[in-house]
Amino acid sequence: MAVLTLLGRRLGAAVLLLGVLSALTYGLLLAAPGGPEQVLLGGRPSTPETRAAIREQYHLDDPFPVRYARWLGDALHGDLGTSVYSREPVVTVIADRLPVTAGLAAYALVLTVVVGVPAGLLAAMRRGGRLDQGITLGSLAALSIPSFALSILLLYGFAVRLGWFPVFGEGRTLTERITHLTLPAVALAAAQAALVVRQMRAAALDLAASDFLTFARARGLPRRRVWTSYALRNAALPVLTVGGLLLAANLTGSVFVERAFGLHGLGALLIGAVGQKDIPVVQALVLLGGVIVVAVNLLIDLAYLVVDPRVRKGAAA
Amino acid sequence: MRAALTAVLGLVALAALAGPWLAPYDPAAQDLALGAAGPSAAHWLGTDEMGRDVVSRLLAGARSALFWPVLVALFTTALGTSLGLLSGYRRGWVDALLMRVVDLAIAMPGLLVLIVVVGVLGGGYGWAVLAMAVLFTPGDIRVVRSLTLAQRELAYAEAARTLGLRPGRIMFRHLLPNLAPTVVANALLSFTGALVALAGLSFLGVGLPAGTPDWGLMVEENRQLLDLNPWASIAPAALITVVACAATLLGDRAFESMSKGGVR
Repeated sequence: MAVLTLLGRRLGAAVLLLGVLSALTYGLLLAAPGGPEQVLLGGRPSTPETRAAIREQYHLDDPFPVRYARWLGDALHGDLGTSVYSREPVVTVIADRLPVTAGLAAYALVLTVVVGVPAGLLAAMRRGGRLDQGITLGSLAALSIPSFALSILLLYGFAVRLGWFPVFGEGRTLTERITHLTLPAVALAAAQAALVVRQMRAAALDLAASDFLTFARARGLPRRRVWTSYALRNAALPVLTVGGLLLAANLTGSVFVERAFGLHGLGALLIGAVGQKDIPVVQALVLLGGVIVVAVNLLIDLAYLVVDPRVRKGAAA
Repeated sequence: MRAALTAVLGLVALAALAGPWLAPYDPAAQDLALGAAGPSAAHWLGTDEMGRDVVSRLLAGARSALFWPVLVALFTTALGTSLGLLSGYRRGWVDALLMRVVDLAIAMPGLLVLIVVVGVLGGGYGWAVLAMAVLFTPGDIRVVRSLTLAQRELAYAEAARTLGLRPGRIMFRHLLPNLAPTVVANALLSFTGALVALAGLSFLGVGLPAGTPDWGLMVEENRQLLDLNPWASIAPAALITVVACAATLLGDRAFESMSKGGVR
């Protein structure tokens, strides 16, 4: 029962967030300089007839709530309109660009988990030692450097000077894709991995002082077993929360990284569409961003339910 | 450590104030014969593609790099602190309503909204500053509120209430001084957030016209020169990072001083 209430509350919050975000993005069309007709015409010369046709086609004479409801209804059916710039359906435009960004985000996520979790645990196990200090300092540096600044440094060091990686583009074959996306993924993952390291270290240290771990050690369980099956499971909770924030940050972070490395993903599409005032594409991308954030947060709530029996029982809701 | 961090910020502030007098060249002066040259005695960090002096442009960019984030920090901190105090001290429906709004705002993909709003509406940093104030304030409200909830139960707050002081006076004259380190830390965090976000916007080519001497824009415009004069792009990127890092660390210290027993 407690589980259902919890999920219901979270779903309600998710719907509210998407509602506000979609109203905001839809409002952009009205607020854009030149008014909606000019935006939808894409700056092409117009006669009073074409303007009237545009008003008719997009129902611009209807009141705002009616238009918004119609747009939202279409969006829910998967019809996000037509790109003003390329005259193609927005869904097609986005689908073209999705693989690059999805690959980049997945690569960055793998790097974050593979590097961040062990490094955090290691720092906690060797608390106060050289290794711990090094990891803590490194994570602080990685956290402070903006992704675009890091991108430039990586480009200069590993692509221009050392020539290990390509400077530009996303590559065709799978292996090419992986080498092309390595530096961008590192730039995207650095700050996130740093956050995971800090969370993991703090959570593990908190746990190290707890009674059940002392008991596990007192029973003579091997150190590795104590850390992985006792500490890791409990440390997973705060790390999961951070993970959700990370994926949301991943979305916006990829905008900067794609720009720095000349990748043609969704981030580049967004910047291009913003520059060309291609409002239907912008609206669709913001909405997609919102949906991803909401979906990830719901998934994390579900993961909480799986990992933590206390949440299932409703004690720690 | 603290002195060193303050010194870094002070130096940049000095550059922002005295930049026009310190700059060896006019930041807009072009010397096409000397385009994308590496560092030399005449141009310490070399020149960009148009032959403009990188040092002079960095100095010229310091002013806007600091001014707008300071503005955002002041506005956000003032609003966030007042609403946080109100929410935590008054509780009741004001608190419930504000917290709903705060939860919603914090869940927003903020930078995405910022890019889109500034990009579509145009008009320089004006909209960006406003949008950031809206996006950063909720975090401040939440932090100040939670501390206010704890402080209002302490003996001195109780005593002030017993004396019959007005709530406004208790909030701003009695509770606020005890929250000072957190307020300072919040302000520094907002400053860093705004600095990095604005530099990021310029880097994306959103907000400022091309050719403006701005750190973020310099990183972007000189990105193609990495093999000819890497400093033209790396120096502004490093400056942004160093300033952001110094402000974050100072903020961290302020937070720590709060958790180690409040005001010294």
